[in-house]
Amino acid sequence: MKRFQSLLQILIAVGIGLFLQVLINNGMINPYYAHVMTNMCIFITAAVSLNLINGICGQFSLGHAGFMAVGGYTAAIITKNTSLFVPAMISGQPRFFLATLIGGIVAAFIGLLVGLPSLRLRGDYLAITTLGFGEIIRILLLNWQFVGGASGYFGLKKYTNFTWAYILAIITIVIIRNFIQSSHGRACISIREDEIAAETMGVPTTRYKVIAFVIAAFFAGTAGSMMGHVNRMVSPASFTFMLSIEILLMVVLGGLGSISGSVGAAIFLTFANEALRRFRAFRMILYSLMMIVIMIFRPKGLLGTKEISLHDINKTMTGILTKFKRPVKKDNPVETSE
Amino acid sequence: MPVLETTNLCIRFGGLTAVSDFNICLEDGELVGLIGPNGAGKTTVFNLLTGVYEPTEGAISFCNEALCSAGKALQPYRITMKGMARTFQNIRLFKELSVIDNVKIAYHQNVKYGLLPAFLHAGPYAAEEKEIEKKAIDFLEIFNLHGKKDEQAKNLPYGEQRRLEIARALATNPKLLLLDEPAAGMNPQETSQLMELIRFIRDKFKLTILLIEHDMALVMGVCERIYVLDYGKIIAHGSPAEIRCDPKVIEAYLGEAV
Repeated sequence: MKRFQSLLQILIAVGIGLFLQVLINNGMINPYYAHVMTNMCIFITAAVSLNLINGICGQFSLGHAGFMAVGGYTAAIITKNTSLFVPAMISGQPRFFLATLIGGIVAAFIGLLVGLPSLRLRGDYLAITTLGFGEIIRILLLNWQFVGGASGYFGLKKYTNFTWAYILAIITIVIIRNFIQSSHGRACISIREDEIAAETMGVPTTRYKVIAFVIAAFFAGTAGSMMGHVNRMVSPASFTFMLSIEILLMVVLGGLGSISGSVGAAIFLTFANEALRRFRAFRMILYSLMMIVIMIFRPKGLLGTKEISLHDINKTMTGILTKFKRPVKKDNPVETSE
Repeated sequence: MPVLETTNLCIRFGGLTAVSDFNICLEDGELVGLIGPNGAGKTTVFNLLTGVYEPTEGAISFCNEALCSAGKALQPYRITMKGMARTFQNIRLFKELSVIDNVKIAYHQNVKYGLLPAFLHAGPYAAEEKEIEKKAIDFLEIFNLHGKKDEQAKNLPYGEQRRLEIARALATNPKLLLLDEPAAGMNPQETSQLMELIRFIRDKFKLTILLIEHDMALVMGVCERIYVLDYGKIIAHGSPAEIRCDPKVIEAYLGEAV
């Protein structure tokens, strides 16, 4: 049964991906929307990975843009300089794949370096540290002439297409969901629930916080690589603090601790972004308002820690169907007249 | 062989000496009480034993192994792995998690599979998770909580939350169990059930228990030996009958005779 269900999930994921790609290929979805959908998948990757730190593990990181920048720049350097790191004979898409992977690994390594000292801090302190980390990365890149300094690193080939971004998003979702459902994931959740109790239950809390941080940094790095190769450039201006906030908003809106919530919120906000393109100046005001409203009325986010799974959808569907088939008989004589 | 032995344990917070010259010795299988007026330092002692605080002076030895010496204490999770488990005065369950997940986390220290099988749900993942699930259900059955295994811990009635916390601590497979006011907030009937439970646990799991309690009926009823703590120092120690008529203890609780 469980085997069958996971097989079904994979089939559905592959099916949707193929369907959308076919629509893009034969022009039913125009290039603009294809671009938006690629961005959407990149944001799903970023949001789901941030959710692992902020929602599942209960820590508060504001440095996601920093990790994306590390991954993005690393991958850009590799794809643009054919002689660096990866043998020159590997070129084109395979090179891009390896570059993305290396970008993720470098970001994960930086995550380890940042995480080891800073994850001993709690709450606000961690938020400030990660915020500072993001800024340090940005300023470093701003002053590094090899990658173009303030004007950015131009001339990347457009390797990222919808399929790449989609595959990455699916891999991120599957791996992080699997992680949460394992004993290691439960250890992370127990830290969110009560750190002192977790520690006395034999969970090495600092180690698990660092593990979650490193996994999230890896996927943020790969998302950064995708982003660079869809915009054909990486620049310090595209990995600012506002990007971290935007991803954080997706996580908070969807529900801290809910993977499906993050996915939904990432889809919604990417399209909202496009719809609000004409009112760029007001976009951030609107987002801030949205954040305030959520914090007041639904501090756990729209879904809380709940997940929407195939099983739930199946149950609701059958519920609706049975309602249609068999009209509710309210006038049935119940044994109250006795 | 003593299970737990402390020598001249002492902790100071700034200028305040919370606990000093604390010496206790627990033999295997004993059920010992730690009592004292409010603010005497009982919970501080528990925090010292479980590694939450580092002692300023003194040493703790657990099953002939040093848990801390010269002010260097092991982290709490290592102490848990060595076989000491505790509950908390104000219940600290994983509130938003299901009852069974609360117990499963206690088994985490025994999990052998690494991160890769966790990412892919492959290799030893399925077998080990199945075993954890089975163990956890068996365990909840002992505590009569298996009917509520999928409920959120915060939705259990108070008495059952206490029971779950004890169950969770026991699931770590300890040699020594520390109970911090297990009867707090319970009515007399629940307290007598708890007394039964504590005796049952000791006999079934063959472990040593140290408990802090204010409910004298419970302490006098189940404990074989009692330590009395006041202003961070042990003022008396002995059997319940001895403690009951010890003048120092009466003074600590009721004040000096006028």
